Amino acid sequence: MFRLEARTSTPAWFNLALPLLAIGATLILCSGLIALAGAGVVEAYGVMFSASLGDSYAITETLVRATPMIFTGLAVAIAFRAKFWNIGAEGQLLAGAVASCAVGAIPMPGPLAMLLMALAGAAAGAAVALVPATLRVKFKVDDVVSSLLLNSVIFYALMALIEGPWKDSFSGYPISPPIEDSANFPVLLEGTRLHLGVVAALIAAPLIWFLIVRTTLGFRIRVTGENPEAARYGGIHVERVLISTALFSGALAGLAGVGEVGGVHFQVMSDISPGYGYSGIVVAMLARLNPLGVVPAAIFLAAVMTGAEAMSRATGVPAFLSDVIQGTALLAMLVALLFTAYRIRRVGVAK
Amino acid sequence: MPAPLIEMRGITKSFGAVKANEAVDLSVAPGEILGLLGENGAGKTTLMNVLFGAYAPDAGEILIQGQPVRINSSADALAAGIGMVHQHFHLAPRLSVLENLLIGIPGKSGRIDRVGGLARLAEIGREHGLTLDPDLPVSALSVGEQQRLEIVKALFRGARLLILDEPTAVLAPTEVDGLFAALRSMAAQGLGIIFISHKLNEVRALTHRCVVLRHGRVAGRVDTPATTTSSEMAQLMCGHEIVPPARGPSTPGAAVLTLDGISTSGHSGTVLRGVSLAVRAGEILGIAGVSGNGQRALADVISGVLVPGAGQMTIAGRAVSRFSPRGVQALGLGRIPEDRMTTGLVTNLPLADSMVLPRIGTEAFSRKGLLKPDAIRAFTEEQIKAYDIRCPGPMTRAGALSGGNLQKALLARELAFDPKVLIVSQPTRGLDIGAARFIHEKFLDMRARGCGIIVIGEDLEELLMLCDRIAVMYEGRIAGTLDSADATVARLGLLMTGAGQAEEAA
Repeated sequence: MFRLEARTSTPAWFNLALPLLAIGATLILCSGLIALAGAGVVEAYGVMFSASLGDSYAITETLVRATPMIFTGLAVAIAFRAKFWNIGAEGQLLAGAVASCAVGAIPMPGPLAMLLMALAGAAAGAAVALVPATLRVKFKVDDVVSSLLLNSVIFYALMALIEGPWKDSFSGYPISPPIEDSANFPVLLEGTRLHLGVVAALIAAPLIWFLIVRTTLGFRIRVTGENPEAARYGGIHVERVLISTALFSGALAGLAGVGEVGGVHFQVMSDISPGYGYSGIVVAMLARLNPLGVVPAAIFLAAVMTGAEAMSRATGVPAFLSDVIQGTALLAMLVALLFTAYRIRRVGVAK
Repeated sequence: MPAPLIEMRGITKSFGAVKANEAVDLSVAPGEILGLLGENGAGKTTLMNVLFGAYAPDAGEILIQGQPVRINSSADALAAGIGMVHQHFHLAPRLSVLENLLIGIPGKSGRIDRVGGLARLAEIGREHGLTLDPDLPVSALSVGEQQRLEIVKALFRGARLLILDEPTAVLAPTEVDGLFAALRSMAAQGLGIIFISHKLNEVRALTHRCVVLRHGRVAGRVDTPATTTSSEMAQLMCGHEIVPPARGPSTPGAAVLTLDGISTSGHSGTVLRGVSLAVRAGEILGIAGVSGNGQRALADVISGVLVPGAGQMTIAGRAVSRFSPRGVQALGLGRIPEDRMTTGLVTNLPLADSMVLPRIGTEAFSRKGLLKPDAIRAFTEEQIKAYDIRCPGPMTRAGALSGGNLQKALLARELAFDPKVLIVSQPTRGLDIGAARFIHEKFLDMRARGCGIIVIGEDLEELLMLCDRIAVMYEGRIAGTLDSADATVARLGLLMTGAGQAEEAA
């Protein structure tokens, strides 16, 4: 018989070991599904790996796909540190995409256009995140519910936009007009899609880490998240901290949308995000809310996504497996987190 | 002597390298109240958690009426007739008293046996004076009533042995008398009771026998607590003699904190109604009173968390214009909160974070919005050393420290900035003699250095020993103020019930 017993301390190597443990458990659990679909487990995972990380082109594709998830992962990580439960990164991403697309369609010099796109996208994402944060601070409305539901509001507003005023009158497709060519993010490696936004994401992660760990605002965010009462008694304006956190979080999610418009799609359509906002939650949890951990976690999920498509083509296992892996990884991580607080102990059975 | 109800033999339990219990023997006979004494960290709670099935012992055995048993869960413990009242209650706040009692009790054919429950509740109430309104939600009960419900719950489930972990820590003096009467009545019916405490006068008044733990081992057994002196028992607990600090004469200076007609409104809990008081430099003013008479609001106003609706306050001669924790702190106020865990520090973050929390925005710990990690670390290390805070280092999770060490840490973080006025609530609640003694000495030290101190407390003995003057709060007002030379427990007790008001007014 086994039982859980409370731990008095958590070993430091757990921070690294737990995500790896969770990922390992996920791959083992999902291998059952691959086998059920009639493919060889080793072969399927092999295809996934080589298609996502096997050569330099595959790696750039995976990085491109990881970029929006780095941004949304950071957005969720900073929000969850303050216990502002922002489930709305998806909507904030879409708002950022729409705003940057609108700005990018205005003719102006390229660098200026990119800067203004980033500012507009970040501002739009922040504005959306401000709604659940204000509702919580002023009226104690549950932020999980309000931020989640706002995703649908933003999504259908986007649909109304591309089915209405932005609709392509020539082809009749529900897609926005493209941004100016000069506003397209420069590609860093010839022959790949590795764009400026990828670099921005890789720089954003250490910056957010610095913000959380080394600044007074970060200190206030951490303390507010862990114990708002102690924060209040310690002279921290808890409401103000929550609002600031929401602004940062929303802006980061908005930047995810900017990168997709400026670097990948150059316009807005209904499937511009295959749920990058929600994947951001998985990324942040796998990273244990550490901004530096967000990068490898996002790359892992991106590799699963790109790999799953190739695997599906090669072995006939449906690409939906990627969603299953994502969901299982989140659950596995949540279970793994239990081991930071508890240990498993064997107890004897009554003689 | 009757055969023991329960017997623990050679119980050993380690956490990593720390031996929380080592070869502990203990037994309780029917009708016996056994005191379990020891300082914080001596292993009392661990031992009881072993008995209640929360921890599996590394070695040793438990016998119930002579039969060895294995207790692997609280369900096993309940089935074996062991009930426990924890320091933190395990109640569902939105459910009623009766519903809480019936949780987990199978009724007839899956239905809840309300009628039977009511009858049993009334019966227990009659027998031991533990009356409760069955239909009130638990959230509407006072702390004392919630504790009563926990005791009734244990009896309801047929407990023959009741463990109470520091039950008096949350009670007002009058409530303690009620609890003791109930416990004596239960013992008279043949129940065994284990009473965990480190308040010696309570153990001497209540228990038949006691076991003293020190560093996880049995340091001694006292067969006649009533006739054993407190200092003998204290010596067993600490391993050395404890002398209460002597409060020398003082020459108070000018007032460092004044409140003039402070009233509050709209705050949850008791409001203040025109409170005026003054604390002078080099003086300790005690605030006594049954809890819930406005002490919380008073502490919140003084520490800037609660903005009063009317009245003036000055700190070190300057009027407080902006009520905020940072505003009053800038004028020279230090505060040691009542509840270490909820309002004092952040248990899940490193100790260093809690140590600098109230002053994180000041030059000492940050500059232009950037933290100074080295300064934060050095400050914490310095205080750990100066106050002998037992912990592995500044980055230790604050929650891993014992209550006494946390209280030292909170004291250190305020005193390091040499406050002109210090407000403390329940400074030694839950602390053992040694740690309490240390805290008291620090207060007297600060007093000698000209700090004005307000101590809000419920332990009258402590206030009488520590304070120069004692004010009593009753229903949001100061019911009276006594010089501690004239004050006695009886006179203070009278003021605490509101009876003194007529006399004062006359």
